[in-house]
This record gives sequence, C-alpha cells and structure tokens, in this order.
Amino acid sequence: MEMKAVDLGFRYYDNVILSDVNVDLEGNKMVSIIGPNGVGKTTLIHCFSKILKPTDGRVYVNGKDIEDYKLKELAKIIAYVPCTSLDTFPLTVTDTVLLGRNPHSKWGSLNRDLEKVQETLRLLGIEDLAMRPFNELSAGQRQKVVLARGLVQESQILLLDEPTANLDIKHQMGVTRLLRDYSHKQGIMVIMISHDLNIAAKYSDEVIMLYGGNIFAKGSPKDTINPENIEAVYGVRSKTVINNGRPHVILEDDDDPKTNICAGA
Amino acid sequence: MTTTRKQTSARVLELPDEKGLVEAYRHNLFLKVVFIISCFAVLMLVIGYSLAVGQGITVSESYEIMMKHLAGEIYPLRSEMWWKDYFIWNNVMPRVVVGIIGGCGLAACGAVMQSIMSNPLADPYTTGISSGACFGAVASLIAGVSFASLGSGYTTVTNAFIGALVPTMIVILISRRINATPATLILIGVAISYFFNAAVTLMMVTATAEDLQAAYLWQVGTLTGMTWSSVPLMLVITAAGSAVAMLFSKNMNLLTMGENSAKSMGLDVEQFRMLCLIMVAVMTAAIVSFTGILGFVGLISPHITRLVIGSDNRVVIPASMIVGALMLVSCDLISRLVSNITDIPVGVVLSLLCSPIFLLMVTGLKRGRGVY
Repeated sequence: MEMKAVDLGFRYYDNVILSDVNVDLEGNKMVSIIGPNGVGKTTLIHCFSKILKPTDGRVYVNGKDIEDYKLKELAKIIAYVPCTSLDTFPLTVTDTVLLGRNPHSKWGSLNRDLEKVQETLRLLGIEDLAMRPFNELSAGQRQKVVLARGLVQESQILLLDEPTANLDIKHQMGVTRLLRDYSHKQGIMVIMISHDLNIAAKYSDEVIMLYGGNIFAKGSPKDTINPENIEAVYGVRSKTVINNGRPHVILEDDDDPKTNICAGA
Repeated sequence: MTTTRKQTSARVLELPDEKGLVEAYRHNLFLKVVFIISCFAVLMLVIGYSLAVGQGITVSESYEIMMKHLAGEIYPLRSEMWWKDYFIWNNVMPRVVVGIIGGCGLAACGAVMQSIMSNPLADPYTTGISSGACFGAVASLIAGVSFASLGSGYTTVTNAFIGALVPTMIVILISRRINATPATLILIGVAISYFFNAAVTLMMVTATAEDLQAAYLWQVGTLTGMTWSSVPLMLVITAAGSAVAMLFSKNMNLLTMGENSAKSMGLDVEQFRMLCLIMVAVMTAAIVSFTGILGFVGLISPHITRLVIGSDNRVVIPASMIVGALMLVSCDLISRLVSNITDIPVGVVLSLLCSPIFLLMVTGLKRGRGVY
C-alpha cells in the first residue's frame, strides 16, 4: 500500500492551512503526525481520506489519484477514525462498530460481520459494552468503540485523529502498541495524529512533524523528536533521553516567557 | 454510577454471554420486531373501533362488514346492513385510510429529516414545506389563484402540492451554491418559512370571514371530508417513498457518527442528503395537499420509537410509520368521539394530546431518562 501527497495545499478562502506538502509513505508501518495545535494535521488526514479536496496538488493512493476513487471503493482501502463522534441518535456499541463493515457488507453477511465485530471488541477489551448505547459510554470507552469501527473496516491504510486523546496512560500505551502490532502483523499502514511525543516516539516507525502548514521534519523518531525540533516547533525547551534506541522527551519548565501562553494575562 | 445507569436505561440489554454476540444481537432485533408487531396489532384494533363508532356494532362486526364488502357482497338497497356498509365504506374508511397513509408518511419523513439533519427538532416541515403548502392552499382559497389547471375541484390540492415543493427546491438550489451544513439548511428553511408565512398573513388579512375560516382550518389539518379520490396519489407516493426511506436507512445509520465518518465509510453525504430532501418534499407534499398541515406526527413518532427500541434507522423507520399511523388514526377517532356538537379537526387533537407527551419526554431528558 502506498500513500503519496504531491505539492499538497489546502486553504479556506485566504487562510492557508497547508502548502507544498510532499509525503511518500509505503509499506506496513506506523506513522505519527505531530505538531502544535492548528498546524494542519487534521486537514492533512482529511485530504488523505477524501473528506476534503485539496486546493492544490494531488493525493495518490496505491498509485491512483484519490479523486479517481469512488467513496465506497476508497472506503475499502482507507479507514478514518475521527477524534470526536456525534451522539445525537446513538446506536448500540455493536451497531456502531458494525457500520465499519459497510464497504464490505453484502446480503447475508451479517453473521460474519458480527463475528468480526465481536473479535475486535474483545481485542480492545470492550466486549462487555457490546449492547450499551454509545451515548452512555465514557469518553475513553467511546474512543475505543470508534477505533473498533475503524479496525473492522479492514482497510489497507488506517488514518487516526488522536486515537488516544481521552485514554489514561495505561490504555494509551495499550492501544498504540496494539495499533503498531496490528500494522506489522496485518500488513497495513497506520497514520496517527498524536499530541503525546513520548507515545509517538515509543511506538512509531516514522514521524512527520508539521509546522506552519508544512513538513518541518520527517524520518525516524530518533531523527525527528529532538530538543532542537521541539523548541523550534512547539516553543518548548526539553531534553531527550535515548531508551532502547528511541527518544524519551523530558520537558523543562524554565519560566521562559516565550513558553508561557498565559503571559500578560 | 454504572449501576444507576443500568437501572435507568430502558435500552440496556443483557451483555453478550458465552452464546456470543450474534445471538444477543438477534435477540435484540427480535424484541424490536415484537414492538413493531405489537404496535401493528393495536393499530388494527383502533381501526376496527374507529369503523364501529357511531354504528352500534362491535369491532369484529366492523371488520366483518369490511371483509364482506371487499369480497363483493351486496345488500338489499337501503336495508340496515346496506346503510352500515355505505357509511363505513364511504364515510369512515377513507378518513381512516388517509390517516394511516398520512401518519406513516409523515412519521417516515420525520425520521429521515432528523437523521439527515442530525437534529432531534427536525420534522417533515423543517425546510419550509408547510409554509409553501399553506401559501399554495391559501392562494387558492382566498385569492382564487390556481398554479396548475387540473380542474376546479382540485385547485387547493394542486396549489398546496406545488407550493410545498417550492421551499425545498429553493433550499436545494441555495445549498448547491454554498457549502451547506445541516444547520445552514435548517436556517435557509426558517427564512423561507417566514417569507411564505408573511405572504399567507397578507392574504388572510384581506379575506372575508368565510374564506378566513376555510384557510385557517386548512392550516390546522383535518381528515374530515376525505374521500376515496384522495387516496391513490397519497398511497402511491407514500408507499414508494417509504420503500426508498427503508432502503436508505443503512446510510442514515452511517450519518449517526457524523458527516466525516459517513464519508470515510463510503457515503456521498451531500448527494444523499439532497436525495432525501427531495424524497421528503414529495412525500410530505402528497399528504399535506389533501389533509392540510398535520403537525407533531412527524416530529414525535420517531422520538417515541427511539425511546423504546433505540436509534437504528433500519427499524426506527418502519416502527415510526406504524406509531405515526396509530397516533393519527387514534387522534382522529378521539376527534370524532368528542365532535358531536362541533367538528374538531384532528390537527387540534394531535397538538392537544401530543404537546404534553412531548413535554414529558423533554423533562424526562432532564431526569436522565429521556430519549437522548
């Protein structure tokens, strides 16, 4: 599987969100997109999943222009898991996860689809929630349900917008580890937006660091997540410790007015 | 906290045991089908009672008369049975049938609108259909204007039908020019409603007392005076529209998670929403052009249904249709029972009875036991 962006740009009227983004990803690996708020991370994966149409450049999936794919055809190749979901008319957890089977569902496939749903709920440790309405779940439980929905879609590329934002540290590690293993074993590409640099560093095969609507750095976690890049992109001083070949970020609070977002308040 | 949630939620079923999810899911589905069948059984009883009222006959006798009529039985002219048959077949049956079709159609449209707008307050009239229909009907009743020449007897109906379609067409045309979210669509509908309502008011202030009464009663909605000639168009459009709505129900489920999720699961959201808007406009127009504006059925039936069986549109749509028919036929029956002195339009009974139900549901929400 291959995901390629060539000179990708996106703007809302005059407000440029992304410009000249070039990405070439292939193979079964775990990729993290990191960067500060409002830098265009979500816009980028929306362009990758045809939710948004880029205003400049092209996106290619498996060598074919994404615009040439029908949405249902694309849904068999790319699954997208948002960071929030509506709960106006909540379905049960099972029905919610079952929605992910939509691109594959055929007449009479319900039993097989339900077995896949059960298998995925078990994998994420939420089998006991199967018949609960979605709106009665905690934020973390909801996040796992939406993730399950993305997994049952059995796509070649899985795009995730902050999949661990509402999870405690144990479940953040568990879910990200699961995603990495799933990627390597099932042979799929996982592209994940993350705000947790240590989680991204610990589990990613590749990191894309966005800044100012452009790619600031990309490569292995060791090459991208370092004190210089973190200070340039986030405006935060830190030091990194290399553990098992991967960086671990330790933030430094030095009362620097530049890093104090409440300065002058 | 978890225990309280389990105790208070009507929709929490047993967790899947060792028998597995497939069986638990099928059991859940079975309960939903039982609900639909139960509502259908109650509807049949209400229909039977509705036919029997005022005839001094029982429910089973009313069914017997209907069955015999359908089998082609002919009674001696002006005999007691002839009169009963005549009364039931020509006076009561058309309004009951229109009530069933209207209830089913408006409830299906309500469920579809709420789903595609992701808004519990949406109903068949959200895009301004009622105001357009009113404008058409009032133009005919007061100003004597005809939008199409299909015979003088059908002027109000054709005017209302054409008028009902106009607001949705405007909404669709505008939304194709801008990036319209459901909220934008609703706001465009509200603006169009105000425009047509103002035009209706303008006509009404210039009307005679007699025309004013006719125009006002049309707006309330009634099943009085329905004849078999009202049925074919409504039936064909409602049946076709409901079948399409049920086919679309799976796509409506995709929208429950939000527009972006639905797109990523293969649904062309904008195109689907436009198709649904057109379908709802035609169905609603076909109904209200004969009955006038019947409120509440389209709003409340899907909510009552979801309260009992959850939000899966594959069952919400058929179940809402039966609940809607039951609601409308029951309210029509009540209006007939209390209308000895003066005729009370079914729209009034609907609003009088359904407003407290809606209030109960909304306040139920505050106690944590509401629909959502």
